[in-house]
This record gives sequence, C-alpha cells and structure tokens, in this order.
Amino acid sequence: MSVTKEQVQERVVEALASFGPDADTITSSATFEELDIDSLDLVELAQIVEDEYGVVLKGEDMKELKTVGDAVELITARAA
Amino acid sequence: MSEPSWPPTGCALVTGGSRGIGAAIAKGLAQDGWPVAVNYRAGQAQAEAVVAEIEAAGGRAFAVAADVSAPGAAETVFELVEEHFGVPVLALVNNAGVTRDNLSPSLTDEEWDTVIDTNLTAAFRFTRRALKGMMRARTGRIVNLASVSGLRANPGQSNYAAAKAGLIQFTKTAAVEVARRGVTLNAVAPGWIETDMTADVDRALLDAVPAKRAGTPDEVAACVRFLVSQQAGYVTGAVLTVDGGLGA
Repeated sequence: MSVTKEQVQERVVEALASFGPDADTITSSATFEELDIDSLDLVELAQIVEDEYGVVLKGEDMKELKTVGDAVELITARAA
Repeated sequence: MSEPSWPPTGCALVTGGSRGIGAAIAKGLAQDGWPVAVNYRAGQAQAEAVVAEIEAAGGRAFAVAADVSAPGAAETVFELVEEHFGVPVLALVNNAGVTRDNLSPSLTDEEWDTVIDTNLTAAFRFTRRALKGMMRARTGRIVNLASVSGLRANPGQSNYAAAKAGLIQFTKTAAVEVARRGVTLNAVAPGWIETDMTADVDRALLDAVPAKRAGTPDEVAACVRFLVSQQAGYVTGAVLTVDGGLGA
C-alpha cells in the first residue's frame, strides 16, 4: 500500500489529537513528552497504523520515537 | 463519566458459553440488550440451544466454534463475531475453563499446560484482541472468570490455582493500564457452583461453605451482568467473589 507522507502526517495528527492535545500543537518537531502522549497512546497509535497501513510497529520501534516527525517518517518509510 | 446509551454499539462475546455458568451469562447479557456471541469448543447442540433460547426471547445470538487455547483462536473468533453482528466486541467474558486435578507430586506436564493454556493464556489473548476495539471505542467491559481456588489453596488444583491467580493479577494490571480509556476489567471468583465441572466433587465438602449450599450459574451470571452494566463503570481491577462465604 502506497501512502504519501502528507497522508500519514494528517492521520497521525488526527489520531494524536484524539488522545488529548490540541491539533495545532501537534507539529512535526513536537515531542510526545511535550504533547503529554504516553506509552498507552503510542500503543493505540501503533494499532491504528497497523490496521490502516499494514505497518507493524513493535515496542522497540516506538521507544525510538521522540517526535511526531519521527513517527511520520518511520510509518511512511515502512508503508512504502 | 457514563456512556450516553447502554449497551453501547457493540456486541458481547462469552467464551465457553454453551453450558453451565457461561450459558447463564450469555442468556443474562442478552436479556440486558447485548447481541451475544456464544463460543463453544465441542458442545455445538448445547450452544445452538442457548442461541435458540435467546432468540426465542427476542434477543440476538450467534454460536461460534473454537478451542480458545489454539494460538490463532482470538483473531478468528473476533473476525467471525464482528462480521456477523457488524459491530465490535465491547463486552468480553473469558469464561472457558478446564480442570485437570492432580496432586502436585504427580501432576503431569500435559495437565499443567492444558490448564494454563485454556484458563490463563487464552484469556490473555482474547483480552488483548478485545482491547484494540474497546480502546478505540473508549468504552468496554471485560470480565474474567477466576475461582476461589485462585485466592486460597485447594489441594489437587495447583495448576488451576496458578492459572486463576495469574488471571486475577493479569486482570488487575491490565485494568490499571487501560482505565483512562473507559474500559474496565474485573474478575469474578466463584466458589462451589452446581455445574458439570463440580458434578463429581464429594458433597461432604459443602460443609466448608458457610452458606451450606452450592451456588447456581445464575448467581454467578448476576455478578457478571453487574460488572458489564453501565452502572459498574467505576469498578475496575476488582475481584468479586461469589462463594457463599467460603473465602471470607
């Protein structure tokens, strides 16, 4: 399945916004810590990504992610 | 915060729902308005009888065959059930259970593994699968059938006790992990209940039960129905014993 980085960015922002932070604070450089996105939120994000893009993100993948941009880059690369 | 309507737009799944406690739970949840999937391993005729009884009372039910201890069973069962009803499973009752009683010095690997696989590992896998949809829906109820044997020693049941004690701690821990998503997990710990599983047990043991009688499947089902209800939304990580005072 081929998706663009913009599509992934839009979906990731939408998903993260459903966990609490305002959508306009969810920029590429924003860290999950700043956004108060915790480990359970990241597990749910991984499930959404798996369901919608067929991309499996394991625990060790998620631990490496610090910013929204990191997540978008990884998902886009894996979905290609 | 309570959900706007109840049951929510979802269905219930009861593992081991063809007889005994599981059948009583399936029928009870159907009475509470849930479309109910009745899982069974071998009792097809009994499962279909439960479905027929629910449908005759105006409810919706669906029988689904699976050995819950098989590694891929949770995925298969959830796909079948969610496709049948067209809604996610938002109430899961892990009821399927087996016993292979033996004293620890002579307990075989097979007896140990069978009991752990069905009573503990299957409940974990079904819970893991259910949490996906429940977390997305921001609501859900999971009730795991434990046992008084998971709380106090019962000679001859070290495998069953280990599985049920493990199930209780799994339930509590997972409950804490997902509580802020509106999903609750609780355990019900029955004592001596009149079912096929206890048919061969020495009746003299009933003397140890303060109530001086065995419980009924409906009495266990009533506890499960409460924990699945909207009113129980703030109850999570709890163990509700239904044992006539045996564990008090």
